[in-house]
Amino acid sequence: MSTTAEKPAAPDSEPGAAGRTTAGRGRPGAGRRPGKARKVRRLTRRDKLVLAVMVGLPTLIQLLLVWLPTLFSIALSFTRWNGLDLKDIKPAGTDNYRFVVQDYPPFWPAMQHNILWLAFLALIATPLGLLLAVLLDQKIRGSKIYQSIFFTPVMLSLALIGVIWQLFYNRDSGLLNYLLGTAGTPRAVDWFGDSNVNIWAAMVAATWRHAGYVMLLYLAGLKGVDPTLREAASIDGANAVQTFFRVVFPAMRPVNIVIVVITIIESLRAFDIVYIINRGTNGLELISALVIQNLVGEGQVIGVGSALAVILLVISLIPIVFYLIRTFGKESKA
Amino acid sequence: MSTLANPIPSTAGAAAVSRNSGKRHYGTHIFLTVMAVMWLIPLGWSLYTALRPKADTDKYGYFSFGGSFSFDNFIQAWTQGGFSKYLLNSLLITAPAVLLTLFFASMMAFAVSRVNWKFNITLLIMFTAGNLLPPQVLAAPLFEMFKHLSLPYSFSDSGNLLNTYISVIAVDTAFQIGFCTFVLSNYMKALSSDLTEAALVDGAGIWRQYWNIILPLCRPALAALGTLEVIFIYNDFFWPLLFIQSGDRLPITTAINNLQGQFLSNYNLIAAGAMITLIPTLIIYLALQRQFVAGLTLGSSKG
Repeated sequence: MSTTAEKPAAPDSEPGAAGRTTAGRGRPGAGRRPGKARKVRRLTRRDKLVLAVMVGLPTLIQLLLVWLPTLFSIALSFTRWNGLDLKDIKPAGTDNYRFVVQDYPPFWPAMQHNILWLAFLALIATPLGLLLAVLLDQKIRGSKIYQSIFFTPVMLSLALIGVIWQLFYNRDSGLLNYLLGTAGTPRAVDWFGDSNVNIWAAMVAATWRHAGYVMLLYLAGLKGVDPTLREAASIDGANAVQTFFRVVFPAMRPVNIVIVVITIIESLRAFDIVYIINRGTNGLELISALVIQNLVGEGQVIGVGSALAVILLVISLIPIVFYLIRTFGKESKA
Repeated sequence: MSTLANPIPSTAGAAAVSRNSGKRHYGTHIFLTVMAVMWLIPLGWSLYTALRPKADTDKYGYFSFGGSFSFDNFIQAWTQGGFSKYLLNSLLITAPAVLLTLFFASMMAFAVSRVNWKFNITLLIMFTAGNLLPPQVLAAPLFEMFKHLSLPYSFSDSGNLLNTYISVIAVDTAFQIGFCTFVLSNYMKALSSDLTEAALVDGAGIWRQYWNIILPLCRPALAALGTLEVIFIYNDFFWPLLFIQSGDRLPITTAINNLQGQFLSNYNLIAAGAMITLIPTLIIYLALQRQFVAGLTLGSSKG
């Protein structure tokens, strides 16, 4: 399951030597055969050049197309610009942020929807995926068939999921209203069109995909749990529920962390499905969709769009930093 | 990395599991069957709608069993709806983007995991974090950068990078390198260093260590990541939406955004279009399920 277990413990462990520790770690001889380790470090000039290209090219791509634009986003959020001529960029101080928070009607609904989206994924979709994984981890007949069925939506893009559920939710031709017996009557609900219900309908569609993904990750996690732990718990008289919550679930800590991070990031990245439905308007406002609404179309307000992008960035950094500390903090301490 | 070898739990943990196999699990089966049926309904409904001619659904209603079944909607979406073109566009974007991503990521992963270097962790953190950002954060600057980069008209008919496949391929590659580097570097760290040391003694340079020794050993991880990235990039909706303006250059996932307008509430045709979009993923899933599942769990096996 984990690569960490296979690695020999690093010989030198002070956090300051982080970079050195990782490289030394893959080398079993680092502690035992110092002579050999020294030989590895010696690189010819040609090797150094090759390495510089191997590191330099991907790093350049990453800096140019990911991190530089991120910095530009921050810079543009303090300016006023219509996106046409570079000379027209005017400093605007914090005006864009003030406008977004005070005078931009869809902003607070969008914040609420993002929080609701996160809560729905965290409280319904993720536990559902965990439940499916636990049930399917038992040796029951047809487990693989069930797994394949629950897993199918994970392969689909959220955009395609929006189209498929639109066919299901449609007021006049969708299956749901036929099943509810309201099709063709005035009580028929337009599930993606009615601003009172469409966020819930969209979250159900997103759950369809998220639960399958969580199930898959937990199935791998459950398999990594040492079976002797369960046996020890059952010898101690724990029932199935106690065994799960007190022994198995805590033992899956690495998977739990990944799932927490994925759930938060997925809820911040939710964009495709609302954009497919109605471009993120009329009850489906999300921060990510507002960013794009301000960037494309005729009334380009790059400054306002960038301010929204920076707000999205700052919120995203919370789970990202948490994940990085969990992953790489352990690496340097090991 | 045992997830790679055996992605779906089947026979492992036999001791713990065999105790349960005697039980009947009726309740579990009822619950799972109900859930599975609910899970299949949206897809089943799309397929059912796609297979029926519009004339029949108009006559009997969408929720009915009358009328005939045919692939006419599929054929019409394929030929008149432009789906053959969209699918080709998807291929033109996905194939180079996946190959470039794996190539750059494996070089980077090799450098940070097999060579002792001061900034290893810093670089790895930068790459991993970049992959986790919401794409909308970078949208405006990337769009403006591409728009203001003047190119000869012989190279791009927009005079800049907008409306070209290159823009989408470049950004998809940059975005996915982070994840692949992270996964591959973990995989490479777990390989014994005696391998490269022996090569070093024989006088093999860095490139030969990477290309002839490490890369062939990473084949299982590359296969898993390759499958996963094909699906990721094929499913990418956002970057083509942002960069490509001409409808006939859109890849299929972004083109379904225009289905409603294009087919004017002809739900049978929309459903057929959705099903066509699904077919490539379904083929990859059926053929390479193991690789795909392994790829998805690879990233989480460490944390």
